[in-house]
Amino acid sequence: MDIFVQQLINGLVLGSIYALVALGYTMVYGILELINFAHGEVTMIGAMVALAVIGALLGANPDLPGLLVVVAGVLVAVPACMVLGFVIEKVAYRPLRKAPRLAPLITAIGVSIVLQNAAMLIWGRGYVSFPAILPRGRHEILGATVTDLQIAIVALSVLVMVGLVLLVERTRLGRAMRATAQSREVAELMGVNVDTVISATFVIGSALAAIAGVMVSAYYGLAHYYMGFLLGLKAFSAAVLGGIGNIMGAVVGGMLLGIIEALGAGYIGDLTGGFLGSNYQDVFAFLVLILVLVFRPSGLLGERVANRA
Amino acid sequence: MTALVARLRRNPLLAYGLLAVLLLLLPFLVGAGLGRGWVRVLDFVLLYSMLALGLNIVVGYAGLLDLGYIAFYALGAYLFAWLSSPHFGIHLPFWLVLPTGAALAGLFGVLLGAPTLRLRGDYLAIVTLGFGEIIRIFMNNLDAPINVTNGPQGINLIDPIRIAGLSLGQTTQLAGITFSPPHLYYYFFLAMTLATVFVALRLQDSRIGRAWAAIREDEVAAAAMGINTRNIKLLAFAMGAMFGGLAGGLFAAFQGFISPESFNLMESIMILCMIVLGGMGNVPGVLLGAFLLTVLPEALRYVGDWQRAVLGNVVVDPNDLRMLLFGLAMVMMMLYRPAGLIPSRQRRREFDADDGVAEQEQASLYDAGA
Repeated sequence: MDIFVQQLINGLVLGSIYALVALGYTMVYGILELINFAHGEVTMIGAMVALAVIGALLGANPDLPGLLVVVAGVLVAVPACMVLGFVIEKVAYRPLRKAPRLAPLITAIGVSIVLQNAAMLIWGRGYVSFPAILPRGRHEILGATVTDLQIAIVALSVLVMVGLVLLVERTRLGRAMRATAQSREVAELMGVNVDTVISATFVIGSALAAIAGVMVSAYYGLAHYYMGFLLGLKAFSAAVLGGIGNIMGAVVGGMLLGIIEALGAGYIGDLTGGFLGSNYQDVFAFLVLILVLVFRPSGLLGERVANRA
Repeated sequence: MTALVARLRRNPLLAYGLLAVLLLLLPFLVGAGLGRGWVRVLDFVLLYSMLALGLNIVVGYAGLLDLGYIAFYALGAYLFAWLSSPHFGIHLPFWLVLPTGAALAGLFGVLLGAPTLRLRGDYLAIVTLGFGEIIRIFMNNLDAPINVTNGPQGINLIDPIRIAGLSLGQTTQLAGITFSPPHLYYYFFLAMTLATVFVALRLQDSRIGRAWAAIREDEVAAAAMGINTRNIKLLAFAMGAMFGGLAGGLFAAFQGFISPESFNLMESIMILCMIVLGGMGNVPGVLLGAFLLTVLPEALRYVGDWQRAVLGNVVVDPNDLRMLLFGLAMVMMMLYRPAGLIPSRQRRREFDADDGVAEQEQASLYDAGA
């Protein structure tokens, strides 16, 4: 029982990070029907930039309060990733909007390679560690341990998600985004500047990715130039699980995937009589993805895209 | 020069003769001109040509986007390693193991294809990508409790290919000429690649090939014409997978060592890029793509020398830089020549056509849209 609660909590934390990244995939897919393969890499860049800022600040004055330093890192990483997202869309996707669908997929992969290797050139091949400067309180809940960091990650994710939903549901830009997702042509006829909307989508998604990147590196205590790949894949799986193109779907899918993964990793040894260990954790995301696509291609909450699968 | 080209055009037999001589002498020319390491690169060009031709059946002919293709390559390689190395103590001859590996890969192709072929386009791409990763994770972890794959360390001491007492893994003197293992494998791979090219070309023109093209262009219409779309698509998957399994076996024998590292997603993507950059669905284009994408990353290793020549110092480690340049090249290629270097006749027509047709093309299944 203790393990169950503990893994549930771990899953929730992981899941809220997946959800943030998944939102970026789902928003872009909803509007452009494009898998933004480079999105995971944006997350990585966010983590790396934040770590660089944190390192520089601590180098200048090691006595600065930890929380403040991390917040400063996030405040630099978010705009950096927003610019990055804007540039990626402008350079790699916009010229190909009328091209066959495989073309932007290939450029997206190309952009991922460029970003990964650029990060490797700048920050090196090794792991960059996240300094232990955040408060490290621990709480006991139902026999499981929860850290301050875990609470902060979940709380911040929820806050950001609520903000996003408000943005999409209540603002003019949000309405334009929803209209563009429904039909680009008609939205254009109604006076929506589709190019601006698409740019905005990329910029917002990248901001979320930057936050998620900082969270991941804080949670695991390290960042790596290759970390975006698997994170991106899992987040994409989460988006598909929830129903791609659907914002609530990305949130639900992300949380569910995190929990499935954590519980799976916790119990796979018992389930298979010790034959498979927790090193198969990464398999779950893909298994979930394949099962969802085969049995319910529209995802849990998705209806609109059912005809597309 | 132009006179020569004109002459070759009139006389295809002469052209093929020249090509054959060139292909036969190539490893020696390359070895003398660029250094012995490049003969190995040539071997890899041939291996990747086989892989790209196999994936071209799935992506180029049948229009099914497969991002997990490397899994079949891995299966072929691991089967070869299991049946022909000290790992299990089994040493079967290659002519038995290679077809078995191809068959196993084909079987897995059907197993993967059967549930997923209802999906189209990007979704199929992601599922196949997941499949590729699952295979790799299993290869990485199946060293306990029973040591099947030897985990991340991989399997080594794999038997080289032996033909009639001649081991391709040993330097041999034949008629006074010294053949090192890369040379010997070159001729073996060349024969296999030519066979693959032949099969790929014949398939394209066959009844099945036309069925694939029909499905690619419009699945509903193809079904209405009486094509059993499910079986034909499964066939594409199985055929492509078999090519991959075959190449995997050759790779294992050639390297003598395999580990899960060689079968990551990047490799799948690389092979896909070969097809797309060269010209999807077009055999000469695919071969050109395989050649360029195998040679280019190797050639980019020389960036260090250029830096020293121009700047007097190595500013950026060429190993780090080459993949960056490679990624940039991919993006540029798609922006300026999305149909590939040598597009098939049909594709060229579609890309040259006016916007109306281009929009239609976008809506068609050919490019994994739906």
